[in-house]
Amino acid sequence: MDEHRDDIGSRFGMWLFIFTELLLFAGLFIVYSVYRYLNWQAFHLAAEELNTFIGALNTVLLLASSATIAMSITALQKKNKTLALALLGFTILVGLVFLVNKYFEWNLKIEHGLYPGSERLLEYGKGEVLFFGLYFFMTGLHALHIIVGVAFIGVVFFRIKNDRITHDNFVHLENAGLYWHLVDIIWIFLFPLFYLIT
Amino acid sequence: MTTDNTARAEPSFFEYKKHKGILAWILSTDHKRIGLLYLYSIMTFFIVGAILGLLMKLELIAPGKTIMEAKTYNGVFTLHGIIMIFLIVIPGLPAVFGNFMLPILIGAKDVAFPRLNLLSWYIYIFGAIVVLMSQFMSGGPPDTGWTFYAPYSFKTTTNMLPAVLGAFILGFSSILTGLNFIVTIHRMRAPGMTWLKMPLFPWALYGTAWIQLLATPIIGITLLMTVGERLFNIGFFDPALGGDPILYQHLFWIYSHPAVYVMILPAMGVISEILPTFAQKTIFGYKAIIFSTIAIAFVGYFVWGHHMFTSGMSGTALYVFSILTFLVAIPSGIKVFNWVSTIYKGSINLKTPFYWAVSFIFVFMIGGLTGLVLGALATNVHVHDTHFVVAHFHFIVFGGVGFAFMGAIHYWFPKMYGRMYDETWANMGWLIFFIGFLTLYLPMFYLGIAGMPRRYFDYLPQFHGGNIISSFGAIIMITGLLIIITNLVRSARMGPISTERNPWNGKTLEWTVESPPSLENFEEIPVIEKGPYEYE
Repeated sequence: MDEHRDDIGSRFGMWLFIFTELLLFAGLFIVYSVYRYLNWQAFHLAAEELNTFIGALNTVLLLASSATIAMSITALQKKNKTLALALLGFTILVGLVFLVNKYFEWNLKIEHGLYPGSERLLEYGKGEVLFFGLYFFMTGLHALHIIVGVAFIGVVFFRIKNDRITHDNFVHLENAGLYWHLVDIIWIFLFPLFYLIT
Repeated sequence: MTTDNTARAEPSFFEYKKHKGILAWILSTDHKRIGLLYLYSIMTFFIVGAILGLLMKLELIAPGKTIMEAKTYNGVFTLHGIIMIFLIVIPGLPAVFGNFMLPILIGAKDVAFPRLNLLSWYIYIFGAIVVLMSQFMSGGPPDTGWTFYAPYSFKTTTNMLPAVLGAFILGFSSILTGLNFIVTIHRMRAPGMTWLKMPLFPWALYGTAWIQLLATPIIGITLLMTVGERLFNIGFFDPALGGDPILYQHLFWIYSHPAVYVMILPAMGVISEILPTFAQKTIFGYKAIIFSTIAIAFVGYFVWGHHMFTSGMSGTALYVFSILTFLVAIPSGIKVFNWVSTIYKGSINLKTPFYWAVSFIFVFMIGGLTGLVLGALATNVHVHDTHFVVAHFHFIVFGGVGFAFMGAIHYWFPKMYGRMYDETWANMGWLIFFIGFLTLYLPMFYLGIAGMPRRYFDYLPQFHGGNIISSFGAIIMITGLLIIITNLVRSARMGPISTERNPWNGKTLEWTVESPPSLENFEEIPVIEKGPYEYE
C-alpha cells in the first residue's frame, strides 16, 4: 500500500485532540469556579499559602520554552538541523526544570501538612480542603501533561536526528509544538487562578 | 465498473496477510480487519452482558430470593450496565460498521490515521480488561450501577477503582475513533463527493464523532476525579469535606446524555442506508435527515438535566431542561417521517435487513414517545427510578442500537464475508427476537407506572404477574438471539458463496466494490457525480 501523507489532515487531527484536552480541563475549571463561588473567603486565604515566586518563575520558563519550540520549526524549515535540535533540547530541559520546581513546591506543601486527607487541612475547614484538593489535582494533571509533552518532543528530537523528520516533512514537529503550546496555555490559566487571585 | 458482477481484479482483504495466524489480525492497520476485530470483541462481550441480563430476569421471576442474594444482584446489574453501555453500545456501530464501511462509503482506501485506528482497538481491549478485573479482585464486584453516583461510589468497599479507571480508558478509545472519523470525512472523500452527496451513514458518523470528541473528555475528568476521591480523599463530591454530590451528577450526565446520541445516531444512519435499498427508492428528504442529525447532536448537549429532575435543581432549570428535552423529539420525529415516506410506494424487497429496519422504527417510536413521558416534569416525578425508565431506555438503546446493529450486519454480511446468510433462519431469528423483546420490555412500562422501583432484587406480590411475563419474554428473546448468532457464525464460515458485487441493488459505493473488498477497496478511486440514493 502506498504511503498516504496528508499534512493538513495530520494537523487537523492534532487540533481536534487539543480540543478534547481543553474540554478535559474544562471540567476541572467548572468545579473550581463552583467551589470558589461557594467558598471565596477560604479560597482567598488558602491562595496566600502558595509561593507566587515559584509560580511566576515556572510561567516564564514555560513561555520561553514555547518560544524555542516555535523557533525550532522555523530553524528546521531553513534546513538548520543543528539549531533546531539545540532549540528542542532547550525546550525539553525547561520542561524538566519546571517539573523539578513543581516537585519542590509540592514537597513544601506536603511538609507543612497541606495535602488532601491530611489532619492539618481538615482542621482548617471545607474551603481550604477543596482549594488544596483542586490545587494538587489540577497542577498534578498539568504536570502529567508536561511529562507527556516532554516525551513527545523527545521522540521528535530523535526523529529529526535520524532524518525521519526533515525540512520538507515536519508535520510531527509542528504537532509536538501545538501540543506544547496547549500545555503552556493551560498553565497560563492555572497560574492566576491559584497564585494571583488572592 | 466491470460488466461481470462477480469478477475480481484483486484478492480480497482476507487473503492479504503481512503476518501469519492471529498476527494478521492484531497487527493489521486495514480498517476492514479492525472493524471485524471490534465486531468479534463486541459480540463476545454482548453474549456476557445478555447472560447477565437473563440472570436478572430469572431472579425477578418470583418475589423474594430466587437464584441470587441482593448483593449479587447489585453486582450483576452494575456489570450488565457497564458492559452494555461502555463496551457495546457506545463503540458498537461506529467501531464495527464505521470502521468497515465509512472509508468505502466515501470512496477512500482507509481512514485518515490507520495506526491510530488500531491503537484505539488496543485501548478498547485494555479498558475492557481493566473493567472486568473489578469482578475478580478481593473487594468484590462494584455495586453502584453503571452511573457510579457519588458519594456511594467512593464510600463502597467494592472494587470501584478498576471499574471507573476502565471506563476512563474506554473513553479514550472512543475519542480517538471519533477524531479519526472527523479527519477522514473532511479529508478523504472521493473527488466530486460534496457534503451533500455523502451517504447518510457517514453523515450520522460525522455527527456522532463530534459528540464523542466534545463530550467524552467531561466524563473522563469526572471519572478521574472519582479516582482521586477514592485514592486521596480529595473531597470534590464528598459533602463531609465540602464537596457536592449533585455536581457529580451534572458532570456525569453532561457526557452521558450526549452519549445516548453517540449510540442512536449511527443506528439512525444505518436505517437510512437500509430503507432506500430495500424500497428501491430514493430516500425521502435527504437534506432533512442530515439537518435532523446535526440538530440532534447539537440539542443533545443541553438536556442532561432531565436525568436529575428529582435530584434538586431550581424550578427554572427544571422547566428549561424539560422544554429542551421536548425539542429533541422534533428532529427524531422528522427522521421517522422520512423513513416511512421512503417506504411509501416503494418497490419493497422483503429481506431480513428490511425486517430489522421496520421493527427498528416500531420500537424506536415506542421508546421515543415514552421518553416524552419522562421528559415532562409532572409524570417524571411519578415514574422516576421505576421500571418504566428501564423499559424506556431498553426500547431506545437496545431496541434502537440492537435492531440497527442486527440490520446492519445482515445488510452488509455478503459484502463483508462474500457469503450469504441462511435467510429462513435469519428471518425466524428476527421474529422470535422481536416477539421476545416486546414480551420482555412492554410489561415493564406497566410495572413502572404501578410503582415497581428499579434496581431491587425483590418486589411486592402485586407485581408478580408482570414480572413473570417479562422474564418469560427474556427467555424467548435469548432463544432468538442464539438462533441469529449461530446462523451468522455458521454462514460466515460455510454459507453459500456470494461474490456478487451488488446483491441488493444498492446505490451507495460499497456495492460497486468486490465482495469481500480488496485491500485498497477500489481499483481506482471513483468520481462522484450523483447523489447517493438515486434510483430514478
